[in-house]
Amino acid sequence: MAADHQKLRVATTSLAGCFGCHMSLLDIDERLLELLERIELDRSPLTDVKRVGPCDLGIVEGGLCNAENVHVLREFRRNCRVLLAIGACAVNGGLPAQRNHLDVRDCLQTVYLTGAGIRRGFIPNDPELPLPLDRVHPLHDVVKVDYFLPGCPPPADAIWKFLNDLLAGRTPTLGHGLIHYD
Amino acid sequence: MSRDLSAILAKYEQDPLRLVQILRSVVAEDGYVSKETITAIAERLALPRGRVEGVAGFYAFLPTEDVGRYRVLFSDNVTDRMAGSVELRERMQEAFGVRLGEVSRDGLVSIGTTSCTGLCDQGPAMLINGRAIPRLTRARVGAISAMIHGRAPIETWPLNLFEVHSNVLRKDALLSTPLEPGAAIDAALARGPESTIEEVKRSTLRGRGGAGFSTGSKWELCRAAPGEARYVVCNADEGEPGTFKDRALLADYADLVFEGMTVAAFAIGAKRGFLYLRAEYPFLLEPLEATLADRRRRGLLGEAIRGVAGFDFDIEIHVGAGAYVCGEESALIESLEGKRGIPRNRPPYPVTHGYRQAPTIVNNVETLALAAMVVRHGHQWLRARGAGKSAGTKLMSVSGDVERPGVYELPFGVTVREVLEAAGARSVQAVQVGGPSGTLLSPSELGRRLMFDDVPTAGAFMVFDDSRDILQVLENFATFFAHESCGFCTPCRVGTALQRRMASALAKGFGTRRDVKDLARVARVMRASSHCGLGATAGNVALDALEKFRPAFDRRLGTLEVMPTFDLDRSLAPAREVAGRDDEQAHLRREEER
Amino acid sequence: MEPAADAHDPRTFTMDGRDVPFEAGQTVLRAALAAGRYVPHLCYHPEFDPHGSCKLCTVKLNGRTVASCTTLARAGDEVESDTPELQELRRNLVQFLFVEGNHFCPSCERSGSCTLQAVAYDLGVMAEHFSPFFPDRPIDASHPDVLLDFNRCILCELCVRASAEVDGKHVFALSGRGAQKHLIVNAESGRLADTRLAVEDKAMDVCPVGVILRKRRGFLVPIGERKYDQRSIREIATANAGSSARPPAAREP
Repeated sequence: MAADHQKLRVATTSLAGCFGCHMSLLDIDERLLELLERIELDRSPLTDVKRVGPCDLGIVEGGLCNAENVHVLREFRRNCRVLLAIGACAVNGGLPAQRNHLDVRDCLQTVYLTGAGIRRGFIPNDPELPLPLDRVHPLHDVVKVDYFLPGCPPPADAIWKFLNDLLAGRTPTLGHGLIHYD
Repeated sequence: MSRDLSAILAKYEQDPLRLVQILRSVVAEDGYVSKETITAIAERLALPRGRVEGVAGFYAFLPTEDVGRYRVLFSDNVTDRMAGSVELRERMQEAFGVRLGEVSRDGLVSIGTTSCTGLCDQGPAMLINGRAIPRLTRARVGAISAMIHGRAPIETWPLNLFEVHSNVLRKDALLSTPLEPGAAIDAALARGPESTIEEVKRSTLRGRGGAGFSTGSKWELCRAAPGEARYVVCNADEGEPGTFKDRALLADYADLVFEGMTVAAFAIGAKRGFLYLRAEYPFLLEPLEATLADRRRRGLLGEAIRGVAGFDFDIEIHVGAGAYVCGEESALIESLEGKRGIPRNRPPYPVTHGYRQAPTIVNNVETLALAAMVVRHGHQWLRARGAGKSAGTKLMSVSGDVERPGVYELPFGVTVREVLEAAGARSVQAVQVGGPSGTLLSPSELGRRLMFDDVPTAGAFMVFDDSRDILQVLENFATFFAHESCGFCTPCRVGTALQRRMASALAKGFGTRRDVKDLARVARVMRASSHCGLGATAGNVALDALEKFRPAFDRRLGTLEVMPTFDLDRSLAPAREVAGRDDEQAHLRREEER
Repeated sequence: MEPAADAHDPRTFTMDGRDVPFEAGQTVLRAALAAGRYVPHLCYHPEFDPHGSCKLCTVKLNGRTVASCTTLARAGDEVESDTPELQELRRNLVQFLFVEGNHFCPSCERSGSCTLQAVAYDLGVMAEHFSPFFPDRPIDASHPDVLLDFNRCILCELCVRASAEVDGKHVFALSGRGAQKHLIVNAESGRLADTRLAVEDKAMDVCPVGVILRKRRGFLVPIGERKYDQRSIREIATANAGSSARPPAAREP
């Protein structure tokens, strides 16, 4: 995906994640300026653009815990030539997937009906609210993912190395100290 | 409160090596092995409790929870399914209001499935409290359900329900040459042990269980191995789906099989032998015990056989407890020793370190029968038939889409087409030779020969006509391997589980190109790194199907590289239910293909 | 750290083209590690008999794949280990183990000193590739000093072996089979508190992953300063090469 003159268009989003991976991306500090020389951002929490357009690279943080996550991921897959799953949640479900051994009905009932301090609770039924899936899934369960960058979050140096490799058209490689699952 | 175990423990001499038999007896009386009983057995046998629990937890027919007064297990081979087992099972589940594997609320009955019960020529079949019932029809299942409702003890059920036919449809040298009981023993005595082994070697007899190792060499290695005690084991754990020829041999030719074991014992110098009988053949147990008793009476077993001082040999029947992997010889020995049926690290092989670490031969039922004939009639008897390095005949278990399913004795080298013609097959789409671990053949391969050098087989021969769905065949076999993996090694334990998931997704239309690639990838991992033959062959059918029946896959695949291998919309159902929603946003449609 | 290669020494085999010396009765894996040649492995432990279940140490011996931990070294054998094909096989096996259990490294107190994780790093495993199984495996917190988190069990049986062979207690065993195979404890209640396990037991120190955990000790060593945060498993496993002394058992934290 090396394009010499034109800037590459990159979109980012956080699904069932905590935005920690985005924070780690910002942690590349002054290298951000260098990065912005080479890319321009499409949809991203950093631009507040709400819909994703045709992009060279989509960076997705977080796993899939509800219907909206699935819609957004599909939109990214349709629009991005290359899709990167970033962080533990996108790669394997991560912490949100720790609910996977629970019945989602019990979760909703506990949260909205029977939990401590709830009186006259009800489970919201507004169509605006995305319904949770019965299980949290990593991205590759639902769409084709081209690259994975693990970590919770991946260290800024790992993100920098990974993006540099990608932008230069190389297969990204991380040596000891940069691959981290925690 | 723990039950009185005295009688059972006395019967098995409180011997930890007989733990599987002890647990089987508990299940026969109680229906399952309770926590308290496990503790009591462990105490009485001076075994760690976890060890006893682990053994019970390994075998399919040693449940550790209540499975109801009647435990119904439908045989789930693909041939049972082709004969309508799923519909019969679902009707029965409906009649008792139970889901698959669940016990009815009144504790009366549970309905589940089990791996192939070796009645493919007369399926669909079921096991009920361990007893086999073949040829299931709506009427039979209706009658069975009525007797369960009426709580009639199984001992009072009509005997014809349990009748199993031998279905031997073609006899060649092995099945048509008479052999007087004792004649092969006399021939062996006349030759002496060394030349008995030499005769077997010269016959070029190779093991009929599939691996094809030279029987004579195996005996020779065992005889030469250092050690006091030696053992002969007859492997009658005929678990490969689609195989039932040993069932027929043990039903109609038990004398010949025991004769072979006795000759083998003479050749290697063994005093004890075991027949490891698969649990699915309980109907053979009494007749086999009767044959053994008869042979003891006639001086063909016991002390000083044929009056020869020092020629002492006897045979004990060990009944399995539901584990395909125990057909692997070292796993079988572990099971004989009352343990989980985990294949051992080899070498050393059983011929030097087998039962109780003593030199042991493990031979297939058919191999031992043939060995008896070779010792009696000479090596030329075997070599008169066959082809190439595959001397003699082979018993084939033919089932599936044929007019005349049953056991056929045919010379090695016979073509697939000849077998199909003999059994009456039309519109053949595929033939699975050697069972799920064997070879899946396409119609272009019907000229291939059944023999060690071309298409090797332990005897299974399942035919699928052009109305069958190859992906459902694959799913059935993948489910079998996932159920039967012993779980010892990573590649087989996880690989068979992954293979089942992917095969199931493909069969249900949720498969993707990634699944197709991963099926092959997983099969290669299993083949390269599995601990034993089960894992090494568990991916064969997937690789064969991908190579020879690719259109069957392509027809089902979407154009997307990846799509969810599960039903996304259904995964919203629980939340829809508690939120009381059914609006458009509460659903996830399948993505448009592009 | 190249061993003195003598083309005429009968007691050598080659691994990836280089000579590896061995002693009689030594396995391929043991000889390789002693010679400073790393072969990834999980269920092997120098103080116990080889087990041969994880299959990560699979090598090609004269062209045939075998587990190097259970295969005796023979003079003149040709072993391949560090090849793209075998490394890919090992990556797949590690991915198998990850999808089979619930390995959420960020919430695991063994992260950074976990052998499975370290081997995965060494192999460059970036993702699980397959769909995770997400099994339901409740933890056992009944024991006053020890927590059992079965979610991370890779069924290497090291605790089973240590408890039986060293501690003489048989605290751990295995039940089930196939994907249902699981670790059990030696008690009718099924609770660890009702076994004879003590924190001094050998069984406490052999778990390569985060199943058997001492309570209240999990974060004495901060994340980032742990065993494999400092050095790769490859370096650590071959650090003592050349000396006949066994590497000291790693106690963590």
